[in-house]
Amino acid sequence: MKSFGGPVLLLDRADINTDEIIPAKYLTEAKKEALKPYLLEDLKLEGFSFTGPWRGTARVVVSRANFGCGSSREHAPWAFEVNDITCVIAESYARIFRQNMFNGGMLAIELEPAAIDEIFALGKKGVLSCAVDVGSRTLTFSWTGGSKQVSFALAPFDEALVRSGGWVEFADKKY
Amino acid sequence: MGKTITEKIFAAHLRDEPFAGTYVLSLDVVMCHEITTPIAISDLQWRGKDRVFDTNKIKAVIDHVTPAKDSNSALQGKIMRDWAARHGIKDFFDIGRNGVCHALFPEKGFIRPGYTAIMGDSHTCTHGAFGAFAAGVGTTDLEVGILKGVCAFRQPKSVRVELAGKLQRGVYAKDVILTVIRELTVNGATDQVIEFRGPAVQAMSMEERMTLSNMAIEAGGTSGLCLPDATTVDYLWPFISGEYASKTAAVEDFKKWHSDPDAVYTKTLAIDVGKIEPVSTFGFKPDQVKTLREMAGTKIDQVYIGSCTNGRISDLRAAAAIVKGTVVAPGVRGIVSPATPAVYAQAMEEGLLKIFMDAGYLIANPTCGACLGMSTGVLAEGEVCASTTNRNFNGRMGKGGMVHLMSPASAAASGVRGVLTDPRELMN
Repeated sequence: MKSFGGPVLLLDRADINTDEIIPAKYLTEAKKEALKPYLLEDLKLEGFSFTGPWRGTARVVVSRANFGCGSSREHAPWAFEVNDITCVIAESYARIFRQNMFNGGMLAIELEPAAIDEIFALGKKGVLSCAVDVGSRTLTFSWTGGSKQVSFALAPFDEALVRSGGWVEFADKKY
Repeated sequence: MGKTITEKIFAAHLRDEPFAGTYVLSLDVVMCHEITTPIAISDLQWRGKDRVFDTNKIKAVIDHVTPAKDSNSALQGKIMRDWAARHGIKDFFDIGRNGVCHALFPEKGFIRPGYTAIMGDSHTCTHGAFGAFAAGVGTTDLEVGILKGVCAFRQPKSVRVELAGKLQRGVYAKDVILTVIRELTVNGATDQVIEFRGPAVQAMSMEERMTLSNMAIEAGGTSGLCLPDATTVDYLWPFISGEYASKTAAVEDFKKWHSDPDAVYTKTLAIDVGKIEPVSTFGFKPDQVKTLREMAGTKIDQVYIGSCTNGRISDLRAAAAIVKGTVVAPGVRGIVSPATPAVYAQAMEEGLLKIFMDAGYLIANPTCGACLGMSTGVLAEGEVCASTTNRNFNGRMGKGGMVHLMSPASAAASGVRGVLTDPRELMN
């Protein structure tokens, strides 16, 4: 199973699409590593800087509804993965993006709007970090001077994918 | 309780339910293009599993960047080509025979009512027009599809879109689907299949139905299905005539897939298509839709007619009818890319290509091209395109460029005037 957790990158906007996560012009790369410099290159979001301090340090992304909408490109989860971001937390996901995350053994966690609101509010207190415990289904957000635990749900199939390393591993054994 | 067409297709293809609510389906067709398949092929090779589950069920094409524009895209094509040869994939379409996947594969009769089909491409929902469960997936799902012929899905619920009435002059299937997306919003059909129902759909050709189904994903839909009927049979007849005594027999057989009258839907959206006007997107989401009347006057730099949404022969005919006898406005570039070699040849035979060329358009080969800003008309910063494609995301057709999605007639009309234009102004 991959390791999950670390500093949080907050993306406070709904409907962040996969063209914003990784533009199409990079889809001719044959290796996932080549995507690394281009993560979120076309993201349109006030306050977000493509070259900000999150680059190289963030391990968890938190966002709003319909995250990863648009193109099916698995290059979007891969661009996160090669930048060591293996966990996304959002109010909801586009179907293909969510499945792509789990297929690669990564986490696409869904939380209620109120819980997401709270995390964005916590983000105003300072730099957030998030520890992820898959077994106990617990997220622990911490900042200087405090911490907060949030529970999450994980469907049995999604857990099986995360624990086995991905869909190819799972399907190869079973089918 | 009755079943939707999607529930019937799932039941007929259920291979396993490894966990409650996770359905592993057997696949009738696995479709591949050169952007999302090479990494799957390389991964299978790395795992020592370079094989395919059924060479006859795999369809492959080079379409997104073609002909190869640089070493990277040339390598992607080569990986596809070598793989197809290695595994005897006879339905691999290379240079000279290649076209936009979701226009080419229907032409070849690869999709049937009741089929399950996947592709590493979000507009795979297009094939739902044939009453198939056709869904876009990522490269890993595609890899398992190639290796094992299965794919896992949660059972999607269904949204019923009831379309009644008669399209006004100058209003087309593209205007209808943009209106539907505006009403549903970009997240309105997530984890659901859209069923396009009603007399207005029944009156549509397969090409028009494909335009509807093509953009189901833009409302978040897992797929977009039309119920198979006599129109479906007419289109598929060259490929299925050997299986049925008559077209009537085929129509009757396809009814087994129809949603039951008491099937359950998450919501129903009813639209009188007679009230729809020519529309265009504004902003960066496909659900941001206004009438062209309201948007008239916005200056454009480029017109792009093509794509899996609107690159078929009926689309080119509609655009050519507007373009005929005109010239693109000063400062405006016109590009038309017939979606397949057959469309290209047909357009040539009907004199449509000459109409476009006389009007100052560039005729491009069949390709996805500028739709996703990879070639064939990429926009510069600050430029605006009136386009028949399916996404207006920020930077989609070029960094800093702006895309307005509309029908071929509307795009053609905008090219004549040099500004966003309601096509009815140029029609008698």
